[in-house]
Amino acid sequence: MDFLAILRIAVRALARNKMRSILTMLGIIIGVGAVIAMVGIGQGADQAMQKQIASLGANMLYVTSGSARFGGARLGSGNTKTLVSSDVAAILKECPAVTAAAPGTQTSAQVVFGNDNWGTRVTGTTPEYFRVRAWDFASGTGFTQNDVTTAANVAVIGETVRKNLFPGSQAVGQTIRIGTLPFLVVGVLAAKGQSAGEDQDDTIVAPLTTVQKKITGQPWLRFILVSAPSRSLSYAAREQMESLLRDRHRIREGEADDFTVRNLADIADVASEASKIMTVLLGSIAAISLLVGGVGIMNIMLVSVTERTREIGTRLAIGATESDVQKQFLLEAVLLCLLGGLIGIVVGVSSCFLIATFVGWPIVTSLTAIMLSAAFSICIGVFFGFYPAQKAARLNPIDALRYE
Amino acid sequence: MTVEHQNISATSREAGTKVDEPVLRVHDLHKLYQMGDNAVHALRGISASVMKGEFVAVMGSSGSGKSTFMNILGCLDKPTSGEYRLEGVDVSRLDKKQLAGIRNRKIGFVFQGFNLLARTTALENTELPTLYSQVSKSDRRERAIAALQMVGLGQRTDHFPSQLSGGQQQRVAIARALVNKPSILLADEPTGNLDSRTSVEVMEIFQNLNEQGLTIILVTHEPDIAQFAKRVLVFRDGKIRRDENVKDRAVAAEVLKTMPVLED
Ligand SMILES: Nc1ncnc2c1ncn2[C@@H]1O[C@H](COP(=O)(O)OP(=O)(O)OP(=O)(O)O)[C@@H](O)[C@H]1O
Ligand SMILES: [Mg+2]
Repeated sequence: MDFLAILRIAVRALARNKMRSILTMLGIIIGVGAVIAMVGIGQGADQAMQKQIASLGANMLYVTSGSARFGGARLGSGNTKTLVSSDVAAILKECPAVTAAAPGTQTSAQVVFGNDNWGTRVTGTTPEYFRVRAWDFASGTGFTQNDVTTAANVAVIGETVRKNLFPGSQAVGQTIRIGTLPFLVVGVLAAKGQSAGEDQDDTIVAPLTTVQKKITGQPWLRFILVSAPSRSLSYAAREQMESLLRDRHRIREGEADDFTVRNLADIADVASEASKIMTVLLGSIAAISLLVGGVGIMNIMLVSVTERTREIGTRLAIGATESDVQKQFLLEAVLLCLLGGLIGIVVGVSSCFLIATFVGWPIVTSLTAIMLSAAFSICIGVFFGFYPAQKAARLNPIDALRYE
Repeated sequence: MTVEHQNISATSREAGTKVDEPVLRVHDLHKLYQMGDNAVHALRGISASVMKGEFVAVMGSSGSGKSTFMNILGCLDKPTSGEYRLEGVDVSRLDKKQLAGIRNRKIGFVFQGFNLLARTTALENTELPTLYSQVSKSDRRERAIAALQMVGLGQRTDHFPSQLSGGQQQRVAIARALVNKPSILLADEPTGNLDSRTSVEVMEIFQNLNEQGLTIILVTHEPDIAQFAKRVLVFRDGKIRRDENVKDRAVAAEVLKTMPVLED
């Protein structure tokens, strides 16, 4: 018996019980849809997180003064007076995996322009900072090394600060007051958005020396931002800096560091690991629902076999072989699963889009998830269709014909 | 009634040559239904043979084993003991697939309850056996239409069984039994659900088919219907009580002329 003829019989049988077929398929539709949506959401969340971390600066490392307790319960406070500018020079000289380093200090201050004032974070650093953090300018430029040397009163403001002090007017070229000091605004930073719950754009960046001498009055550094040429080298950069700084700060074997080096790649790895676990978790829950859908298929196929016992008897009596009957019922189950799987893919992909636009994550539809769930639903069809099909094929023609 | 339509009991055919080998031959057939503690002995040693071109009516009271016998002949069921040779082949030696092939091509079976597939047109019902044999798609249609025309249903090909009368449904079942051009037609009470005129019409179809060389065995309770056959086997308690030629055989076409026309 040719395949097309069996296919036609199977399609006809399914079409005859449309409502039941649809309800049966629903299990598979939900299962496949859930797998794709869950994996998509997990991967979307991962990408969103990676993007946020990357927005802090590519392959960036963050050295802060103070120690981080193991387990990260207390991350470097930045208050200890251990990091100094000569550390930066040493890092650039001694650590081959470091391409750029920007020392920095930070304080909060009240900023005034005309009648508006705004409380924000003031970062004192070098021009390297913009490079390390890969931060572009929306207008104007950064300050120069010369500005740092001369401790010039120039400032670059973040988008949030600009919005609050210069709503609708040009910021570059204006003079603002930080505390009591006047600063010339030379540039506005491009918006970076939130990262780890913090508004990155709510900031003012000024030359390190200016902030140290005129605002905080302290020579200590609060952080050193370092960039490595690649993600893999950032791990090396971290080790090199740690051993260098321990050396320079004369920390003996067994003593705790008085600084902390955080590698964004590490943070990204941890975040990635977390979202991977979440993806697997959500995916497996969804896969279980797919399995339940498969059991539903088996259930309906068993009902169908019982219901159509006389039909099976008739087919056997007029010359259908066991394998003909088996193929017919197996094909019905596979068709149900395949069709349910296809609809499930559409449902899953569209819910990925929907959720992604809703929460503003990147849209991720994993091709592997789609292929896998399509293949999986066929397997489910074969697996859960096999027993009912077998049961149908093994019927004795006489008993089947007599069945009431 | 011509001489070729001899009926020969199994015992007298022992020395038969290959040439006039019977189409069907059963020897000492037994069928035991085990139902818990008590067993029903449905067949108690049936021996008979049927030659090509015969038209045999099987009669007997209810429960005498007629259907059991027919089901074994139709390779739908297996005897508990005894031998069944179909065209010289020992059926007990065949596997399930070969039996399916025999049911498909050698034997046409007409059931008392029609057993048509619901919500499937007359044409598709008729086509069904061809799906399970090596018949090309275009041939299928042609053969099914030809079979339906043979039973006088050429105009009803697209009707569903639920849209057909009992007689028409039975004729679709007959068309289905004939579509693969079997050499034997087995019919278990094909007229059991039909009125007398429709019954005779079905018998007319059978007589025509028999004329063309088809071997027919049919089960009936009605002596009138048995009168259209050439030979009658009478069953009682699982044994053949009588095996005789039909005297004054009725011709369905003639009988029909004398019957009042009823609506189909
Ligand atoms: N599947 C079965 N299981 C148990 N007993 C059965 C089965 N089929 C038939 N029998 C018994 O075998 C005997 C013969 O049954 P069979 O159906 O052959 O009778 P029949 O001659 O066709 O009767 P009818 O004219 O009523 O159709 C009966 O006593 C019946 O009860
Ligand atoms: Mg019977």
